[in-house]
Formats: sequence, C-alpha cells, structure tokens
Amino acid sequence: MVDIQNLTFRRGERVIYDNMSMQFSRGKVTAIMGPSGIGKTTLLRLIGGQLQPDTGTIVFDGENIPALKRHELYQARKKMSMLFQSGALFTEMSVFDNVAFPIREHTRLPETIIRMMVLMKLEAVGLRGARDLMPSELSGGMARRAALARAIALDPQLIMYDEPFAGQDPISMGVIVRLIKSLNGALGMTSIVVSHDVTEVMSIADYVYIVAERKVIGHGTPAQLLEHESPLVQQFLQGQADGPVPFHFKAADYAQELMEMKG
Amino acid sequence: MLNKLQQLGSATIGTIQGLGRASLMLFGALWGRPRPVKSWPLYVKQFYVVGVLSLLIILVSGLFIGMVLALQGYTVLAKFGAEQMLGPLVALSLLRELGPVVTALLFAGRAGSALTAEIGLMKATEQLSSMEMMAVDPLRRIIAPRFWAGLICMPLLALIFNAVGILGGHLVGVDWLGVDGGGYWSAMQANVDFYDDIVNGIIKSTVFAFIVTVIALHKGFDAIPTSEGISQATTQTVVTASLAVLGFDFILTAVMFGG
Repeated sequence: MVDIQNLTFRRGERVIYDNMSMQFSRGKVTAIMGPSGIGKTTLLRLIGGQLQPDTGTIVFDGENIPALKRHELYQARKKMSMLFQSGALFTEMSVFDNVAFPIREHTRLPETIIRMMVLMKLEAVGLRGARDLMPSELSGGMARRAALARAIALDPQLIMYDEPFAGQDPISMGVIVRLIKSLNGALGMTSIVVSHDVTEVMSIADYVYIVAERKVIGHGTPAQLLEHESPLVQQFLQGQADGPVPFHFKAADYAQELMEMKG
Repeated sequence: MLNKLQQLGSATIGTIQGLGRASLMLFGALWGRPRPVKSWPLYVKQFYVVGVLSLLIILVSGLFIGMVLALQGYTVLAKFGAEQMLGPLVALSLLRELGPVVTALLFAGRAGSALTAEIGLMKATEQLSSMEMMAVDPLRRIIAPRFWAGLICMPLLALIFNAVGILGGHLVGVDWLGVDGGGYWSAMQANVDFYDDIVNGIIKSTVFAFIVTVIALHKGFDAIPTSEGISQATTQTVVTASLAVLGFDFILTAVMFGG
C-alpha cells in the first residue's frame, strides 16, 4: 500500500532520515516506534506529502507522492487520512459539523445522507450522544475519538495515527486501542500507528518498525521483535534508562566539573 | 561595522523572503476556479467578523475626530474671520487623509491582530495541517474569504468614518460654536471635488486595505506555532501594518496631491 524506498530527509544541516526503506502492507496495522524526537511525525507528513524528501520515493497506491503535482496530491489525499496528536478538531464547529466537514467538502450528498453517515461514524467511536458539543467541551480522550470519527468519515484506504495513545488515561487508551484494531478489520483499511507506547502497540500491530539514529534498527512481527538480538531494540522495548541510548545528555566529565566548581 | 552590515543584509534578505512567501500565499489563495455556492457562507461570516464588528470603533473614532477637527479648525479660522471655511476644512482633512489613514490604523489594531491570532492558533493546534490532509486547501478555505472581507470592508469603513466625522464637525462647529449651518454644507459642496478628493480617498483606502489584510494574514500563516510565536506575530502585524500604512500614505499623497 505504501512503499518507502531510500528515503533521505534533512532539516537544514540535520539529517532526520538517512537512506531509509519501509513497506506498509494493505489491510494491516503497521507500527513505527522509536524514541522521542527522531521525527516519527515527520515520516507521516512525508507520506501525506506535506513535506518533500531530499531523495527517495514514497509510493502510495501506485503513485509517487513527492513527484505529484498539487492537484494530484490533493486527489491522493482523499484516499488517506491522519489522526493528529492533538486531534486538531476545528474549534468553531460542533462535533457533528467537524465529522461532516470532509463529507460536505468532497461530496454533494444531500444533508439527510450526510447526517446518517456522520451519526454512523460517531456511533462507531461511541460519541453519538456528544454530537452537539463543541470541541472545547470534550475531554482529551473524547476529542481524539471525535477526531478519529472525522478521519474515517470518507472511509479512507490509509489512516495514519500520530501518537494516538499519548496523554490518555488507561480507559480511553484501551478504547482507542480497541477502535484502531476494530476499524482496521471492519473497514479494511491500512493503518500506520506512530507511537512509543510499547505495550499498546505490540498488542495491536501486525508488523513493527523501530526507528532510531536516522534509520530502521529493527523490524518484524511483535513476536520476532521481542527475540531481536540488537541491544538498542531491547533497551527500547524494555524501557531501560541506560544502554546504547545513554541516560545522560552529552556533558563534560562529572567529577572534573565538580572539582572545577570547588576550585 | 562588519557585523552591522551583516545584520542589515540578513534583515533585507528576511524581508524579501517574507514578501515572497506572502505573494505565494496570496497567489495560492486567489488562483483557481471560484466555488461561489460552497464558499458563500464562509464569506458572509468573514464580512461580519471583519467588517460589522469593526463598526463600533470606527463610528466612535470618526465622530470624535470630526469633533476635534472642527474645534481646532475653528480657533484658527476665526482669527482670519474665515469660519465659513470650516466645512471644507473638516471634509477635506477627513476625505483625503484622516479617513483612510485612521481607519487603516484602527483596522490593523482591531481586525488585523484578530486575523493573525486566529490563523496562528489554527496553525499551532494543527487545524491547518489537518485540513490539508483532508484534501481541503487552507489557503482557499481560510485565507481567501478573510482577504476579500478585509479588502472590501476597509474602504467601506473609511467612507463611514468620513461621514460620521463630517457630522461630528457639524455638531461642534454649527450646533456648538455657532458657524452658519447652510454655509457649512454649501462651502463643503463648493470645495470638495468628487474625483480629486472622494475617489482618491477611496483608492488610498483600498491600497491600505490590501496592505493591512495581507500583512495580517501572512503574519498569522507564517507564525511560529507556539504561544510566544503567536504573540510576536500579532504585535508584528500591528507594528508593520501601521508603519506600512504611514509610509504608503506619504507616497500616495505625494502622487495624488503633490503636484
């Protein structure tokens, strides 16, 4: 469904990805994990065509996203969807209008059908009763579910989740985990989940990529990864504070610095 | 010295890049097939927010500026026994200069800052990004209606400002200081030229509307998406737009009335 080959992306002088390749299979939940700050969200933006890579190809449904013209890119985006970390609901619209937004923009369906579609999507995320609320009246978990309803409003082929579990209480986390899995099955979508919540991701993903130090350091099914020989992968999966990724930020020698302060 | 030169160079490059980005933004917003049926409610809303909600400040300021002009003008004109010229003095000052300029400055503070903050916050909360990912162009959906609302509303507001100002002048000059009412209007009618004064004022106001609106939209769209970035962008909108209006006012006045 999505095939990334030899992707290199720089921000100024800083290399974010160096010659990286990944594949996301149709109908599967593929997770991308990795420490904070390695540009996982950037990867989703690259797939969505919001950023241009320096080199490499990103093929989505047979089309190379970076090479598309503006209107072709907008056509391709109609087939994909993204759930932002913040939810990114439009604050001046009610939950109902938020979910109806993509349908109203891209179709000419009569309002009764739009209403039916929106209520179906809201029912799927359990927020049919909250349709008249404004985004500011929703809790964090509810806002993300409302955003999820909006993301699936037009039944996209690909849905990208940006840190869907971050900052959620255990109950809403459980709800979102279940929703991702069931939506993927029910709608036959391809899902890409970017996260660093190891337990949740391992429970729903069919395939996992672990990204660190500008490249993929390990990939496989959750079971394969648990047996992975790389110490970096193990440090990440087991959440050890120190290891190949050091606990301390680069600094001068501690004892020496203390001595200098004394002197 | 070398440092100063370097700073000057980098500031110039920054300004030119900013102008480039603003032009691209505007081009992206206005280029393409219009969709009047779908966009109509968006336009109506922006005309209300940008235009109608700015009315109060424009009405009050216009009234007071007209009253002050009459008061100040009267004391000077009375020395020469030329009180009957109060009408043209108030009207010409407003139509040629104060109407367009003060409206633009008030508009930058009232509507410009609001536009920047709104768009900056939309960017910070990823609303613009999510719109893009839903294959809806934020330039056409967010920027275009606000641009047209600013461009059309400000000259109208300036005309209202002028009218209220002239009435304010009448209130002070005729009703309070005792200038002859018929003289106030007839001298105005005799001395104000439709093309030279009114049309030139409208042209000025349209130019200012373009400047203020584009600066406000661009600063919001280009804002660093943090609370500090948005506060900076809002301040920059008011400062840059006000200075640009004053600068262009001088140029336009020199071209229109200079020779």
